[in-house]
Amino acid sequence: MTKTLTHLARLEAEAIHIMREVVAEADKPVMLYSVGKDSAVMLHLARKAFYPAPPPFPLLHIDTTWKFKAMYALREKAARDAGMELLVHQNPEAIARGINPFDHGSLHTDMWKTEGLKQALDHYGFDVAFGGARRDEEKSRAKERIFSFRTATHIWDPKNQRPELWNLYNARKAKAESIRVFPISNWTELDIWQYIHLENIEIVPLYFSAPRLTVIRDGMLLMVDDERFPLQNGEVPIERSIRFRTLGCYPLTGAVESHAATLPEIIQEMLLTSTSERQGRAIDHDQAASMEKKKQEGYF
Amino acid sequence: MSDATPQNGFYKADDLIASDIDAYLNVHQHKSLLRFITCGSVDDGKSTLIGRLLYDSKMIFEDQLATLESDSKRMGTQGQEIDFALLVDGLAAEREQGITIDVAYRFFATEKRKFIVADCPGHEQYTRNMVTGASTADLAVILIDARKGVLVQTRRHSYLAQLLGIRNIVLAVNKMDLIAYDQAKYDAILAEYTAFANSIGINDFTAMPISGFKGDNITERSIHMPWYAGPPLIAHLETVALDNDADQTKPLRMPVQWVNRPNLDFRGFSGQIATGIVRPGDAIRVLPSGKTTKISKIVTLDGELSEAVAGQSVTMCFADEIDCSRGDVIAAADNPPEVSDQFESTIVWMADEALVPGRAYWLKLGTQTVSATVQSPKYAINVNNMEHIAAKTLELNAIGVAEILTDKAIVFEPYANNHVLGGYILIDKITNATVAAGMLHFSLRRAQNVHWQATDIGREAHAALKNQKPKILWFTGLSGSGKSTIANEVEKTLNLLNRHTFLLDGDNIRHGLNKDLGFTETDRIENIRRVGEVAKLMADAGLIVLTAFISPFRAEREMVRAMMPEGEFIEIFVDTPLEVAEARDVKGLYKKARAGQLKNFTGIDSPYEPPENPDIRVNTVEMSPVEAAEHIVRQLMPLK
Repeated sequence: MTKTLTHLARLEAEAIHIMREVVAEADKPVMLYSVGKDSAVMLHLARKAFYPAPPPFPLLHIDTTWKFKAMYALREKAARDAGMELLVHQNPEAIARGINPFDHGSLHTDMWKTEGLKQALDHYGFDVAFGGARRDEEKSRAKERIFSFRTATHIWDPKNQRPELWNLYNARKAKAESIRVFPISNWTELDIWQYIHLENIEIVPLYFSAPRLTVIRDGMLLMVDDERFPLQNGEVPIERSIRFRTLGCYPLTGAVESHAATLPEIIQEMLLTSTSERQGRAIDHDQAASMEKKKQEGYF
Repeated sequence: MSDATPQNGFYKADDLIASDIDAYLNVHQHKSLLRFITCGSVDDGKSTLIGRLLYDSKMIFEDQLATLESDSKRMGTQGQEIDFALLVDGLAAEREQGITIDVAYRFFATEKRKFIVADCPGHEQYTRNMVTGASTADLAVILIDARKGVLVQTRRHSYLAQLLGIRNIVLAVNKMDLIAYDQAKYDAILAEYTAFANSIGINDFTAMPISGFKGDNITERSIHMPWYAGPPLIAHLETVALDNDADQTKPLRMPVQWVNRPNLDFRGFSGQIATGIVRPGDAIRVLPSGKTTKISKIVTLDGELSEAVAGQSVTMCFADEIDCSRGDVIAAADNPPEVSDQFESTIVWMADEALVPGRAYWLKLGTQTVSATVQSPKYAINVNNMEHIAAKTLELNAIGVAEILTDKAIVFEPYANNHVLGGYILIDKITNATVAAGMLHFSLRRAQNVHWQATDIGREAHAALKNQKPKILWFTGLSGSGKSTIANEVEKTLNLLNRHTFLLDGDNIRHGLNKDLGFTETDRIENIRRVGEVAKLMADAGLIVLTAFISPFRAEREMVRAMMPEGEFIEIFVDTPLEVAEARDVKGLYKKARAGQLKNFTGIDSPYEPPENPDIRVNTVEMSPVEAAEHIVRQLMPLK
């Protein structure tokens, strides 16, 4: 009598297998932790993969100083609950030059996230970094390997990716080269939400709708999270019932008006909605192949 | 009816989502997962079909649709209509050239299943990409352009799908709208494909006429083709049997990925079960050591499991403390897989730099990584017509059959039985690139495959005719101890006694049979193995064989003893202290060795392990060679 595994059971088993391969073959792995829902799922899977041992690698948060306050609060707690070391890196050059999303546009992402990530990986000497990217998020991600090889200067070459067959992953590399590994590549947004629901995983409260102070700017619904938010002429923050489908730097992340306050309600809203998840992210709208270009430069 | 859209589409998010989300979630979380590939030649409409599947299952959002509509007008190939292919061709280079370079993975769901579809490129130069996509697929949809029929690409993709062991093949005859839904043309294509498929061993496949562009026979049966009685594509995908279910019915195999040892009280073995089912109390065997124990518990964060099945990632504990580490395989105790170091294999070459026969590559199979060399291919396969062609190497995208040797034995199963223990990759040791993928057919161990040919005149008959009992008189001792001299005296005496003898002398053998061997430890071992085999054949012929070799290692002398019937191997220790042998230095070798001109010289920089219980011992300090020979012959009596 066979037992048909559900799609979530198979996705979970695949992610755990990937994480164990990394730990067995990497010299110094790290898990990139962004505090978002995908990171929350990835961290939960890591705890499962190595139980009863704690995950044998630290968490690394590439901080831009512009995350939502609620994200910083959960960051500390999640690491503590998992029994893992939490490393936080902020690009010192971006701090010195006061790089911010209001004045510097795409330079903000480049300096804090792309450069910050490279600095941190080089500084600590991590050779493999787990990331929570999914193939359903964006077109160039759909073609990226689970083990995504990077040169010593962190460059991704989409035309020269290693073939990835069966569940055999080639983790060999020269010194200074590194590999980004995406254990939840094959998960969809619905899978993530459903798994959070089934496994009762703690996520940032911003994913649930609540009355929050907001302004509408350039067609995006932005939350006024702290006093650094510069109001433009005539802008008056208004309290709206909002939530976030995706969380990044708060001035770059659009909210949606919603009354979904529970996970089933969120999933319901997501299934009935008509826009994709990354629509709320400014980063993708630069140009058609913008993510592919950013990834080649070293962005996750 | 066939023109499904998000507004009236059969597979749009169902009403349950709005009315009872908890009930919907309960249904959805019990869906199974099917992975499939779509393949076909460049213009067969693969990307369009996938775009259609995503569109019809409402996996395309408004913002994506808006982008798609504007992109379609700007660079689409369908005039003012939506070009679904643009949804799938993600890399900028692909969009510019209008082709699919790399495998793209897409996700969609219906009421019954979730699907991961890998869109595989069609050109011959992307064979490696298709093989990559096919390696994880349960099913392959092979597209044919109804206007063109069975093409070279159709044959190539069918062959590759079969090669990678995909059990379910769907032949989708696409673009039926462009041939006016003509049944006769469809039947002709089907007949042609059936003949070809049977010729390469595909005996079972499902054929259907479709239009990805118009939506015919995708989610619903097409009103344009009432003559087609089978299910539409989606219905077939929803009900076809999963490989994962079949894997559970096979014997247990789990490659060990990682040993979980958080403290002294816990030792668990982590891995993903490849095949079979395991429960606490089951008897298991750890390969390659062969040690057995029982499973004491299966540990997870959510508590201990009473059962785990193929596909699950688990951590198991043993009842006994037996050795087990990464690379080992935990298997059913009564039905373990084979262990071997020599195989026949199909190899798909994936690198620009061609295969170098004899070069060492890393071979990764399951969680085992070993050094391996590929012999010159027996033949390469022309993937367009399946002909075998002579080949000295394998170039990029070439597929061939060759022998492969690993430097240590690995646990394996034929790929046809087990993809996890039969599929491997080769990694270049310098560049670390994945250069090839392979599928093991079977082990080539000579011991398993070369059977002893029985002959009518046996060793007893040979010996009876010579009126003697065959023996091997194995002389061992340091260089210059007097082995050859004494053996020569013994043979002279035996000859006078009308015995049939033959003397194998170390130096003489190294001039011929073993002239390819040096004096390293490995070569010395091989030297003795060969002498042992030759001596055994001569003894089988009825002879009394005398051998005069330093034969410094106990293990090799014991190996030869073990080859012979009880009492026929006589170990004769020519016992001469090193200083005496060195003082004699008949051949001047000790002098050279001491001067560092001769490496690996026994007694100087290479060890000699004297026999612990020799059958005969002669002391050459006290005895002359003739006296020693007399002593030996006396011990051998009677010779019949």
